[in-house]
Amino acid sequence: MNSKEIPLAHLKKGKSGRIITISKGHHGGSFGVQHGLHGFQRRLNVLGIREGQIIRVDSKQPLMGPITITIGNSQVTLGRGIAHKIIVEEI
Amino acid sequence: MNKKIVLMGNPNVGKSVVFSRLTGAKVISSNYPGTTIDFSKGKMILDGKQVEIIDAPGTYSLEPSNRAEEVAVDMLNDADVIIDVVDATNLERNLYLTLGILEGKKPVIIALNLWDEAKHIGINIDEKKLEEILGVPVVPTVALTGEGIKSLVTRMREAKSPKKIKPTSEEGRWIEIGTIIKKVETVEHRHHSLRDILNDLTIKPSTGIPIALGIIFVSFWVVRFIGENLSFLISEVFEKAYKPILLDFGEFIGDGHIYNILISQDYGEIIFIESLGILSTGLFIPLAVVLPYIIAFYFMLSLLEDSGYLPRLATLVDNIFHKLGMHGFGIIPLFLGLGCNVPGALATRSLDTRKQRFIAATLLAIAVPCMAQMAMIFGILGEYGLYYIGLVFLILGILYVTIGVILNRFIKGTSPEIFLEIPPYRRPSFRTTGKKTWMRIKWFLKEAIPFMVLGVTIINILYTIGFLQWFANSLEPVMEGLFGLPGGASIAMVTGFLRKDLAVGMLLTLNMNPLQLVIAATMLTIYFPCVAAFIVLIKELGVKDMLKSASLMISTAIFVGIILKLIFFGV
Repeated sequence: MNSKEIPLAHLKKGKSGRIITISKGHHGGSFGVQHGLHGFQRRLNVLGIREGQIIRVDSKQPLMGPITITIGNSQVTLGRGIAHKIIVEEI
Repeated sequence: MNKKIVLMGNPNVGKSVVFSRLTGAKVISSNYPGTTIDFSKGKMILDGKQVEIIDAPGTYSLEPSNRAEEVAVDMLNDADVIIDVVDATNLERNLYLTLGILEGKKPVIIALNLWDEAKHIGINIDEKKLEEILGVPVVPTVALTGEGIKSLVTRMREAKSPKKIKPTSEEGRWIEIGTIIKKVETVEHRHHSLRDILNDLTIKPSTGIPIALGIIFVSFWVVRFIGENLSFLISEVFEKAYKPILLDFGEFIGDGHIYNILISQDYGEIIFIESLGILSTGLFIPLAVVLPYIIAFYFMLSLLEDSGYLPRLATLVDNIFHKLGMHGFGIIPLFLGLGCNVPGALATRSLDTRKQRFIAATLLAIAVPCMAQMAMIFGILGEYGLYYIGLVFLILGILYVTIGVILNRFIKGTSPEIFLEIPPYRRPSFRTTGKKTWMRIKWFLKEAIPFMVLGVTIINILYTIGFLQWFANSLEPVMEGLFGLPGGASIAMVTGFLRKDLAVGMLLTLNMNPLQLVIAATMLTIYFPCVAAFIVLIKELGVKDMLKSASLMISTAIFVGIILKLIFFGV
């Protein structure tokens, strides 16, 4: 991993990043079972969370709560666990 | 057979508003067979013929990732014509579903909705060009004002299945979308609007949490205002108009078991709340007690839903609720349940998995007193000071959190992390909000009331055969021994099946000290939901899970009762 590449969860509030990759590693029980690995990836894709897209962190809820991001014209809230699997390059 | 028109689209694109513009007054909301997924069905006249129009659940793709999306895909396969509602402010990602739909063989027409909003934020779409590329009619619409709906209807017959769109891989589709967007869309720089500021304030924890508390407080105030007044009015109708008829009818059937079951366990005066007759209490509880709060809460919920506030609230509280085995939407059953457990129980379906729904329902039944019950708790403990009232709510709060954490650990199944779109704030349309509220109320009248009447009937029969009296008597020693309460409290416990608030009121006659009252009031909240909520919970959870949930309630009540007695009075 390049030193500038960090998980979305580590991007500071107000900062933007370009999505480098979305980790396909172990998804555990947190969402893998419910959506199916593939379905989940697709949901991210459909909301614009795809490689090469620019993402901005709008707010982070305290105590490892969810992160709200802007991508294109949409705003999305996602859990910290998901945000750890999205690798971005800060811009 | 009527022709079937199905509305498809991503969530939050104004599909329901288009639907309510297209249909007349007669709209039916029902559950899709075998699921608890709601959808609405209506009729419209097209070219002189009546056609059926269906509002499918919102979906992001035709490869379903949850139950609601599966239903949407099923409906698509059944359709004769598809209206694809597209959000013009988010053309790119909406086109993913559109291309999927166009790959099928069905005739399609596209409504490019939120057209005004797209213009407002500086997005220009060349709809003629889009129509040319996709090969199906594209009509710009503003469903909220009705703009473009007429032309959507007149162009419906031009709907066709295009030849140009070939099935491709997921990646291929995104590339195709990229080329289309380049050809049809231009974006100007947008300014920071008032709406952006409002959005920011309501989602940032530092300002968002105080605002959320304020909104919840105001909502409760409104619900209480509407609920109380409506309840009073409906009770008046029962007292003034219905009672004389019922009394005459009672004269007509005369004394005996039929009188007991239909009208009252006592002869003479009818007291609607406790007579236990199917025609008295059986109708009074659902219509005069529960329904007013259902109306008030559903109105408020629809309003919060249509304005786009709920996903922000879910974001703010997700943290806490995730630790209790739910996610941010877990606040909705809690919020509604504090008014009346019945809509609270119905709202558990807004959660994703069986585990989440089970936890939400169980916590609701154990630790969330309804408004009527809270009022009575204030009533009986008020004279001893705020300390004792606070004690009851403190115990319930501790239980909500502790049991949530425990259930999260031990209940099998998954509790997925929150992943949800935050739609922009929109001014709610009273037309749509009203229609939605009305559909939910109609659903309640049709689906829940017959079961509540059944519940009262069963209690009545148990009373008639003497089971309840026997049950209360045999509980007396338990009350004294285990919980340090007078034996008479068992009657209140049994009454609690019917009405929790009434049961709390009965505690007054037993001359208890404030600590005994705290034990009794807390146990009354925990041990079981009232019959109305119980019936709805069976419908939502299924008999097996409800039995599990009920045994948790009863054992928690016994455990808490014993512990409190030990703390307050020693061994």
